[in-house]
Amino acid sequence: MRTALLIVAVLTLSPFSAMAEETVRIIEPWARASVLASRPGAAYLTIESARDDRLLSVESPVADRVMIHATENNDDVNRMVHFDALDLPAGKSVVLAPGGTHLMLMGLKERLIEGARVPVTLRFERAGEVTITVPVLGIGARGPTEDIQ
Amino acid sequence: MASFTSPSLVRIRYALWGLIVVAALVLAGLYMRGTPAPQESRQATQSGEAAVRSEFTLTDHTGKRVTEADFLGRWQMVFFGFTYCPDVCPTTLAYMATVLDTLGETADKIAPLFITVDPGRDTPKVMADYVSAFHHRLVGLTGSEVDVAAAADAFRAYYERMEEDSAPDGYLMTHSGHIYLMTPEGRFEAVFREGDQPPEEMARKIQNIMEKYGK
Repeated sequence: MRTALLIVAVLTLSPFSAMAEETVRIIEPWARASVLASRPGAAYLTIESARDDRLLSVESPVADRVMIHATENNDDVNRMVHFDALDLPAGKSVVLAPGGTHLMLMGLKERLIEGARVPVTLRFERAGEVTITVPVLGIGARGPTEDIQ
Repeated sequence: MASFTSPSLVRIRYALWGLIVVAALVLAGLYMRGTPAPQESRQATQSGEAAVRSEFTLTDHTGKRVTEADFLGRWQMVFFGFTYCPDVCPTTLAYMATVLDTLGETADKIAPLFITVDPGRDTPKVMADYVSAFHHRLVGLTGSEVDVAAAADAFRAYYERMEEDSAPDGYLMTHSGHIYLMTPEGRFEAVFREGDQPPEEMARKIQNIMEKYGK
């Protein structure tokens, strides 16, 4: 909950928030600490949009590229699927969580260290740009509301 | 969950269906060749025919060549993955670490093994850095492409290299997400998946199995 409040605070301070705040909510973003800078990191969050929108791209100064990926599990085989954009139907919570859809942070400048806070900018088709601060949780974390190892 | 229905994603959806068809054909092919898919091996276990075998010759994260014989006398908890995997592998390895911590001293009877399906990039040095971040007792295993293929074949673990331009080095590894539990004799006992039960429950199941065997 504290994270959610913090995000509201961040959105309020963001220069792009005036419009975005009304339509798009970013709930409980977090990234998992990574082991090696040479390996991609993962970040998760929940997006709620008051109207139909699309997440077009994601950027962060800590990574060369941020991609929207999903882990598909068919016949017990995990397969990564890359999405060019993510649909946000009005009023629906779109959840990015471990074992499902996630933001893949590639080309990290340095590994994601637990306790760090990482700026991430989300670009929406209609809501425009929203910059959030993503806390880096422990490597065994399952989400911001659960116990962090 | 997200709904991916926009027109521009229709192609991806078709591609996904294509993948499913290909996967089905591959599984069918494996079945025809008499190689059981994971689902079947689980059934086989229930009927007492363990098709999953712990047989490997690999290099551990300290650089030592090891085989399954080095782990006999301990239960084996085995997961196949790779260190470039940002989501499922850290999630599963952290889960295994929680299972071990939940088991407390009982975990001394378990050898947790992480076998890479991406040996070209996952050198013993990389594996050493990687496994130590999850659990001090986790053993990372790598080897040549042939070594790893043989180990995966014995465990009936599926993996495949997938070309993906946007991925680091232009490829991703697709892999099965099972955690195998092998007996101290190296025989297949059970298979778990991270998403199927909380770690405490998996720990309890392992405890029950150990009590059943009195080991």
